[in-house]
Amino acid sequence: MLRKFKSLKKTARTDFFTYLGVVVAFIVMFALQQAGALSSSVSSWLVPICCFIVMAVSLNLTVGILGELSLGHAGFMSVGAFSGVIAAMSLSEAIPFAPLRLALAILVGALFAALTGVVVGVPVLRLRGDYLAIVTLAFGQIIKDLINCLLVGYDSNGLHIIFNLSKLTIEDLHMDETGIAIIKGAQGATGIEKLATFPAGFILVMLTLVIVLNMVRSRTGRAVMAIRDNRIAAESVGINITKYKLIAFITSAALAGAAGALYGLNYGSLVSSRFDFNTSILVLVYVVLGGLGNIWGSIVAATVLYVLPEALREFQDYRMLAYAVVLILVMLATNNDRLKALLGRLLPRRKEEKDRG
Amino acid sequence: MAEKKFEKGRMVPVPSHSIIPERDLGKTPILECTHLGIDFGGLKAVDDFTLTIGRTEIAGLIGPNGAGKTTVFNLLTKVYHPTRGTILLDGIDTAGKSTIQINRMGIARTFQNIRLFSNLSVEDNVKIGLHNQEKYSTLSAVLRLPAYWKKEKAAHEKALELLSIFDMQDMAGYKAGSLPYGAQRRLEIVRALATDPKLLLLDEPAAGMNPSETAELMENIAKIRDTFQIAILLIEHDMNLVMGICEGICVLNFGQIIAKGTAEDIQNDPQVIEAYLGKRKEAAPC
Repeated sequence: MLRKFKSLKKTARTDFFTYLGVVVAFIVMFALQQAGALSSSVSSWLVPICCFIVMAVSLNLTVGILGELSLGHAGFMSVGAFSGVIAAMSLSEAIPFAPLRLALAILVGALFAALTGVVVGVPVLRLRGDYLAIVTLAFGQIIKDLINCLLVGYDSNGLHIIFNLSKLTIEDLHMDETGIAIIKGAQGATGIEKLATFPAGFILVMLTLVIVLNMVRSRTGRAVMAIRDNRIAAESVGINITKYKLIAFITSAALAGAAGALYGLNYGSLVSSRFDFNTSILVLVYVVLGGLGNIWGSIVAATVLYVLPEALREFQDYRMLAYAVVLILVMLATNNDRLKALLGRLLPRRKEEKDRG
Repeated sequence: MAEKKFEKGRMVPVPSHSIIPERDLGKTPILECTHLGIDFGGLKAVDDFTLTIGRTEIAGLIGPNGAGKTTVFNLLTKVYHPTRGTILLDGIDTAGKSTIQINRMGIARTFQNIRLFSNLSVEDNVKIGLHNQEKYSTLSAVLRLPAYWKKEKAAHEKALELLSIFDMQDMAGYKAGSLPYGAQRRLEIVRALATDPKLLLLDEPAAGMNPSETAELMENIAKIRDTFQIAILLIEHDMNLVMGICEGICVLNFGQIIAKGTAEDIQNDPQVIEAYLGKRKEAAPC
């Protein structure tokens, strides 16, 4: 058994430890939560951490694996969150079983985010250069404002949607007495039933890992990485550039949508400004700090950098300062040759691989 | 160093004023270019390029720097679309095709400035070359369906087999960017071969290689032709290599063909000597 494990390829071993780490972390945290050992604030971090892990891993697919800069990942999260919330609230009568409703909401969120990904990706990814960064930046802003103009309600006749350009209110949907308001323009969605649970977050993280890792270690992943490394050479061996760029980008958008749906269903109310440019940059920081193309790095970075500012809350005004200092220190440390050499000595196996490579 | 004599075919003329090996007569030539040309603004980078290559011929394209040799490669692979003329690949017109379609139709190439997927392993580089050979869908990759395992296994075996042409199977796990220069050039050839071409274009395969590496490369080029029964067109400045293995040679200067023929024809052609060495001064004017 052990010998078989050693004969595995390096990437397969890394993937195995990534899955193992996530499973162990889940079991430990879940046990602690069930035993009541976690404070309510720590408990409340668990689902958002899962969401941001999925966000970071999916953005890594675009930025690290495909090599295109996306500055509007929170936009896809937003699309997923609001479509997921609409789905969950409209189906509350039809499907009383909460986990199934949550799963459907996540699916709907992923689907709508993927569609948005098609709309953004198809025109932009055909171009060469940094256009994707510019367009996704704009997309993140536009989607926020669009959702601010939405009025959505649900009654016995079905969904009512108005795109509010004047001073309409939720009354203008003319719903009957069974009606519930889902999205009230700039006020966002309110009265959301909290469907998200930590186990659901864990399952979503695992699904994301299976999708991303299996894709990367396959013909599709190799084609995507070939485009990143050398576009001209990739074309010369017959790889359809646009197709594989789109596959990676849309998968990334869909996963962000799924994360958004889970995130949206974790709070009683939701406003679109929560998914602004800062959120996109935050996720990008997770990816860059965890290492471009490094999936487990994204997971660790997302967890640590989510917990850090939350844990520093007691320092109030100084917490963003401390956060920035930590970011700078990590950047310096990971680029320090002496520190790397020290790590190499501490972890002999790693050193051996370095010498071989 | 013992000079190795390479088996060359007897060259015979064909209607397009080219010569091809006698053994390839009666079969559709792999490549027929007629009056091919491209303009960049007012500059005729390549003009009236007419060349026929036999199915199993090793052909050479030589000329001084800036003569338009790499431009010809870029025209053949549709990186540039020709302004004039036609290219028939295996008898099929390639007008309007894309680089990707050209590769699927059977032209593979290497690059003058090496273009490997340098962050990926040697084996993955070859597997990317096999992209259109060992196909399965993204869905079967994500779900790890039987198609994935079967095709991945086949790709792995094929990749190692192709790498063994250059005795590189031991390097399969290395990062392509970390290989020495000569090995990177060889890996590019292996990757091109993986796409199952009918015509292989090599852009300065011996650049940066020492004489013994070049001699080995010559043997390998001949071996590739014999094993895969494909045509090879190469651009090279190393005249030992060109004169040693190329059956037909085409000389380009300022975008125009100035000579075509066998190694002997080329070496004795006054225009070629002039292009390479300059014009002999007649009596100096006083």
